[in-house]
Amino acid sequence: MNALSRSLLMATAVISLVACAKKPPKELPPAPVDNTMPADTGATTGGVVKGSQEDFVASVQSDRILFGTDKFDVDAQSQGILQSQAQWLQANPNIRVTIEGHADERGTRDYNLALGEKRANSAKNFLASLGIDSSRMTTISYGKERPAALGSDESAWAQNRRAVTVTVQY
Amino acid sequence: MIHWKKLATTTALTLAAFATPAMAQLSVDVTDESASSLKIAVPVLPTQQSVQTPAGTTDELGRKIAEVIASDLKGSGLFEPSGPGGLPGVTVPEVTFPSYDKWSSYEALVQGFVRSTGGNADITVGCYLYDVALKSELTRQGYVVSPGDWRRAAHKCADAIYARLSGESPFFDSRIAYIAESGPKDKRVKRLAIMDSDGANHRFITNGQSLALTPRFSPDYKSIVYVSYLNNRVRIYVYDIGTGKQRLVTESSNATFAPRWSPDGRNILFSMAVAGNTDIYRVSAQGGAPVRLTTSPAIDVGGSYSPDGSKIVFESDRSGGQQLYVMNADGSSQQRISHGGGRYATPEWSPRGDLIAFTKISGDFKVAVMSPNGGNERILTNGWQDEQPTWSPNGRVLQFFRTSAGRSGGSQVWQVDLTGVNERRIPTPLNGSDPAWGPLLP
Repeated sequence: MNALSRSLLMATAVISLVACAKKPPKELPPAPVDNTMPADTGATTGGVVKGSQEDFVASVQSDRILFGTDKFDVDAQSQGILQSQAQWLQANPNIRVTIEGHADERGTRDYNLALGEKRANSAKNFLASLGIDSSRMTTISYGKERPAALGSDESAWAQNRRAVTVTVQY
Repeated sequence: MIHWKKLATTTALTLAAFATPAMAQLSVDVTDESASSLKIAVPVLPTQQSVQTPAGTTDELGRKIAEVIASDLKGSGLFEPSGPGGLPGVTVPEVTFPSYDKWSSYEALVQGFVRSTGGNADITVGCYLYDVALKSELTRQGYVVSPGDWRRAAHKCADAIYARLSGESPFFDSRIAYIAESGPKDKRVKRLAIMDSDGANHRFITNGQSLALTPRFSPDYKSIVYVSYLNNRVRIYVYDIGTGKQRLVTESSNATFAPRWSPDGRNILFSMAVAGNTDIYRVSAQGGAPVRLTTSPAIDVGGSYSPDGSKIVFESDRSGGQQLYVMNADGSSQQRISHGGGRYATPEWSPRGDLIAFTKISGDFKVAVMSPNGGNERILTNGWQDEQPTWSPNGRVLQFFRTSAGRSGGSQVWQVDLTGVNERRIPTPLNGSDPAWGPLLP
């Protein structure tokens, strides 16, 4: 399943993101097996190292959830995404994650740092409610400092109001 | 409310002016935003005998000092300076006995001299202001500085002229801490940097490996408080300019950001997110246990002390959107002061105490001011995103950063006076954001 098509509502948004696709989730090599099955015992599946960020992105609906303007609630679509992340985290119990909270450029700097904190913690709290140990999850807010989409339009802003789950690799 | 207007310049004479120089006829004042600027001539400062200094010959310094004085005066918006290019020369004897006939097309005249025994010896800079129509001296100042500090002598001279003619406190001789920006929008490199109020004497402090945000000079200019993403955490550091070392303001596993000094430099106001909820705290600048000032489950962030340290203006979205609130310095009596349309952010209390500057958000961002009781709101700028105003030491001018839209958009540091008419970009080697104006240098 293309994670993009699930996480984005508008066809135009999909087009614009694909057009400048530099961010995960990237186009991935065909996955021959169902990666969500915890039965893999080998180190790799199709060249993807189990427990890697690549494995994570390929296995979950999306590595990120999106928010409305000035909002930090986890909506139904985001709940589905976080459930898929929780499944993977349960299958990879030794992996820790950092959840990055972000805001679009239409807020002031300090406020956006605070808003990113709320978004990252919303995702963290939902994952915790699904049984993921809080000690495996840290949060960091980037406010408006690290946009995923570079435009100054509704489509870009919608992609930038996000909480992204990133596996911590050693 | 204070309304800052350019003065209609006047050369009306009163004999009393001679007896009471403080009430000179020639003045810039502000009650008429459409008034023309005061025409002031700034010829090269002559030197009796040109000698070499590490900063150039005294001849060269005389020209450069005149250039800085003219640039400062022009940037204030109150003056229409001419020179030093294109103006006749001045001899050293003329400095104290002006040839007024040479300057009859100007209202005011700035003359001075540069003197040095050469080498590393201090230079002496004389600074004289004359009322051309009255043929009278309005003020004279002298500065003894090391050759490398010649710009400070120029700023002090411009400050003396500005103060004498406007009746306001000076502000040119002051410094700015800000964030220098480079690189693409999604991988912006942000470095802590400092410069003079006019962009000169620029110096990078951090190397850009970690994001740096929202610096503030301490009131004594000895240190800078700012946010760094060092070690992938969001934390406030105090950087000591003398030693080049920095330390954490408070040890915490939580994100700390939006730091501000108290006016006496003893405390630091900051914001801390605990389990996602941001509130405002105060901690001693020497460290110690933070004191929590706000407890709302909404976002309470930023803040700025009144000049006497008794109150704090801050922003909160407890009503549903960002608005401005004032509380006592201990956190008591929190009251909303902003009631207009749109959202209100980044409040900064004027050093004069009479106004609060802020970012007005209604789609775009504008720099605006209001009285501390929330009245008399006035929007001063009209960019796409004009954010985070910071006050000049005399509370008459604001710097802020202006961001342009789009994937190639960037931010630059700008300045505007309280009329909103006189706006200019502050030259920086790279793009810039988060300017924070320090106090007047002693």
